[in-house]
Order: sequence, then C-alpha cells, then structure tokens
Amino acid sequence: MVTEFGLRLAISLTQIGAVMCIVVITVLILTLAERKVLGWMQDRMGPMEVGPYGILQPFADAIKLFFKEDIVPAGANKFIFTMAPILCLIPTFIGFAVIPWGPNWTFEINGISVKPFVISDINIGILYILAFASLAAYGIILGGWASNSKYSLLGGLRSAAQVISYELNVGLAIVGVLILAGSLSLVKITDAQAGWFWNWYIFALPAPQIFAFVVYVISVVAETNRVPFDLPEAESELVAGFFTEYSGLRFAFFFLAEYANMVLVSCVASALFLGGWHGPYPGTLMELVGLSSWSWIESTMWFAVKTYSLLFLFFWLRATLPRLRYDQLMRFGWKVMLPIALANIVVTAIAVYIYQQIN
Amino acid sequence: MSHLFFGYFAVMIVATSILVVALKNPVYSALSLLVMFFHVAGLFVTLHAEFLAAVQIIVYAGAILVLYLFVVMILNVKQDDRYHSQWRIAGFVCVPLLIEAMVLLSGGAGSRATGTRAAHAPSAEAIAPDNTLAIGQTLFSTYLFPFEVASLVLLVAMIGAIVLAKREIGEPDSASPMVHPKGAE
Repeated sequence: MVTEFGLRLAISLTQIGAVMCIVVITVLILTLAERKVLGWMQDRMGPMEVGPYGILQPFADAIKLFFKEDIVPAGANKFIFTMAPILCLIPTFIGFAVIPWGPNWTFEINGISVKPFVISDINIGILYILAFASLAAYGIILGGWASNSKYSLLGGLRSAAQVISYELNVGLAIVGVLILAGSLSLVKITDAQAGWFWNWYIFALPAPQIFAFVVYVISVVAETNRVPFDLPEAESELVAGFFTEYSGLRFAFFFLAEYANMVLVSCVASALFLGGWHGPYPGTLMELVGLSSWSWIESTMWFAVKTYSLLFLFFWLRATLPRLRYDQLMRFGWKVMLPIALANIVVTAIAVYIYQQIN
Repeated sequence: MSHLFFGYFAVMIVATSILVVALKNPVYSALSLLVMFFHVAGLFVTLHAEFLAAVQIIVYAGAILVLYLFVVMILNVKQDDRYHSQWRIAGFVCVPLLIEAMVLLSGGAGSRATGTRAAHAPSAEAIAPDNTLAIGQTLFSTYLFPFEVASLVLLVAMIGAIVLAKREIGEPDSASPMVHPKGAE
C-alpha cells in the first residue's frame, strides 16, 4: 500500500519535473526566438554577441536577472509585493498538468496504470485550465497595487479589466468545440480529432470552428497582455505598467509567467482546434515503417510544430500591429468578439442537432 | 483520509471567513475571501463534484472577486474604521445564530446520521458515469424551469446595471443564457 502510493508519487513527480523542464526550456527558446524573429522582420540581426549567432543570449539574460539587486520600493506592501509574482507564476504552470503532449497510451508499472504523455487526465480538463488562467489576474492586479506607484496601479487595473473582458471570449470560443466533442477532457477532445486534417475541429464538418479559432487566438493575445493588446504595460504611457517597480528575480518571475502563459494558450489551441498531437494524415509514418513503438516521437513533434507555429503568430503580430487605444480594446472585445463567439455557439449547436437527427 | 481533508477544509473555511470580516485592510479581506473560495472548491473535489469546483473558482475567484479588488483599488480604501466599532450589533445578530447552531447540532444528532446517509447514496451514484453530464442532465430536465427563471433574473439584473450605469441605452446584448453568469456581475 505504502510502496504503491510511493511509486505513484514518484511517477507523478517525474512527469511534473519533465513537463516543467520542457516548459522552461521552451520559454528560454522563446525569449531568443522573439528577438531574432522581430530582428529579421525589421531587417536587423537580433542579438549576436553572446555565443555563436547569439544563441546563448537567454542564459546571459537569466544570469543578469539573477544577480540584479532586488529592490522593494519604499511604502510598498512587502508581503503582497513578494506574493504577486508567485501568484502570477503558479496558475500558469499548474495548467500544463492536463495538456496531452502525445498519444493516449497507458502503461502498467507494478499494477499502476500510467499515462506517459499527460500528467493527469481529469474529466474537466479544459475547465481546470480556465479556472487557473482566471487566477493569473490576481498576480498582476496585486503586484500593481502593492508597488505603491501610480503607474503600477493603473497598469494593474487596466490589466484586470482587460483580462476579465477577454477571458469571457476565450470561454465562449471553446464552447463550440465542447459541443462537437461532447467532453471537457483534453485527452478525449484530442482523440476525437484523429484521422485526416479535415477532422480537426477548425475544419470538422457539422460546424467548422474557424471563427471560434480566430476569436480564441485574438482573445488569448489580449489575455496574455501581448502586443497589440499590451495596454497593461504600455511603455509610452505607463513606463512598464504593473511591473514598473519590480527588479531582479521577481521581475524574472513575471517575465517567465507571461511566456509560460503564451506556451499554455498555444498548447490549448493546438489541442482544441488543430488536432493536438495528431498529424494531418491518419496514423503515423513511423507505424508504416514498422517502428510503432517510436511513433510517439512523431506525434509529440506534430504537437510541437503546431504549438510553435502559434507562438510564431504572437511574434508576427507584435512586429506588425501598433497598440490599440483602451476604449478601442474594450469596444472590440465586447461588441465584436463577444457577438461572434455567441453566434458561433448558436450555429454550432443547431448544426450538431441537425447532424444528429440526420444520422 | 476523507475526514482529514474535510477537517482541514472546514477549519480553513471558518478561519478565513472570520478573517474576511475581521481584517482591517480591505485588500487582505479580499485575499482571505480568495483563500476561502479555494477551500470551498476543495470541499467540492472531495465530494467528487469537480465540475462545481471548477465553476466555483472561475465564477467567484476568477470574476467576482477580481471586480471586488478592482473597486477597492479604484476607491483607494486604505483602512476603514467605520465598520470596526459595531461589535454590539454583531453580537446581537451572531449570538442567537450561534445558540441556534449549537441546539441543532446537539439535538439533531440522530436525524443527522440518517441525513448524511441519505446524502451519500445519490452522490456515489452520480459520480459513476460523469459528474458534468449528470449535472447537465439534471439541470436541463428536472430543474429546467428554475434554471430558466434564474437566467431571467440574471438578465434583469444585467439590464438594470446597464440602465443604472448609462443614461442612454445602446443596443442590448443578445439574450443567450451563456452571457448571464459573467454578464450579470
């Protein structure tokens, strides 16, 4: 009994450690990739100094942030000032627990069934992610308040309003997929999209979720406070918004949370709309060659390709679009995105109902 | 094991609820309310109602409480001592309630045992297929009418908020039940 519990714990901790490593490495790659991609789009080279072709720049950044002086401004609420970056980081990392990275396999180790490519397949997977994503606003709003600075406070308040407005659109955009899949579990939703690429929910037949996908992508860009929706940290108006007063490791936490959040929403988008770890063809090429035990590499690579393509979209938007004004942001969220998301739910529900009556 | 979890959640809920009204800094009050919502969600998880737990966090912690914090910060309420000298009123309300609870707990011991047994039976049945499915089916068959009435009440509240906030009413939002939970806050 105790050994079984211990084994289960060890397996879970191994999975959590592996996923954390992958996410942190992805964030390191992203910080470099963002500067490189922006550089190329603006006809520059990007960082070139550290290491060959600048590829060691993320490590230089990390070491620099680690050794910077940790300043707590006078008059700041020290407890909340310290808690805010952690409150920002935890919900983001917790969300990765239900993301299926690869095939839905089950192993038996000493009578314990283990799913190697998902830490926990709970039956409310996507709701769990939404629940914790909604908590990320606390880190931002409390960080802004505790800094005892007007720029931080304004940034935090803007962010709270923005995150709440666009969270609603994220939630409504995925309802269409939930109607099609009939499940909240990300594993089940991904499994239902097997086969050719037209089975992915962005193209799937009774009701293609292409509008929902567009609404989702725009809303998550706003929810992660990225350009063109980076009002909470608008440099020209608010210095740096809610993390104006943060330095050193605490700033690094906010930074890490923002990038990990980008990775999380991209993973969710590829699992919900783009077929997750399924390739655009049925089965895998590895199985055709006869190496079916290695097919997980191909599947996880497809997942990575989809996720990284979406992350590239974030950089592309940043290089292309100027920042919105605050009233434009709110009007766009409530008067354009919300009606589209609601109409998508109505159309999907009717289409699925008719489809079920015909079959 | 489950008793241990229940004890932990119950103690934390009581303690943080007291802190919500006892703390002088409104931001700390809001934070202890956040901790309380989490432990209520934890109670739902121990009862195998994961859907309710997630909805609890999304609606209360993710939306309503953020708006509370928003208002507290916009009004910049530093420390409000007005409401901390009302011990007499608080005692007048709470002592009868406490006595009532004591009487119920001690006198209703026999009925409580049967009550818990009755409450356990359907929950064990409900978790078997899918908790979310069970809630959806119950809500849209047995309790369809109360559900629709609740959504209508929320719609009225939303329209009321718009009327209060704005002199001239723009185009009203399309009336789908999905907007109500967040739109009415």
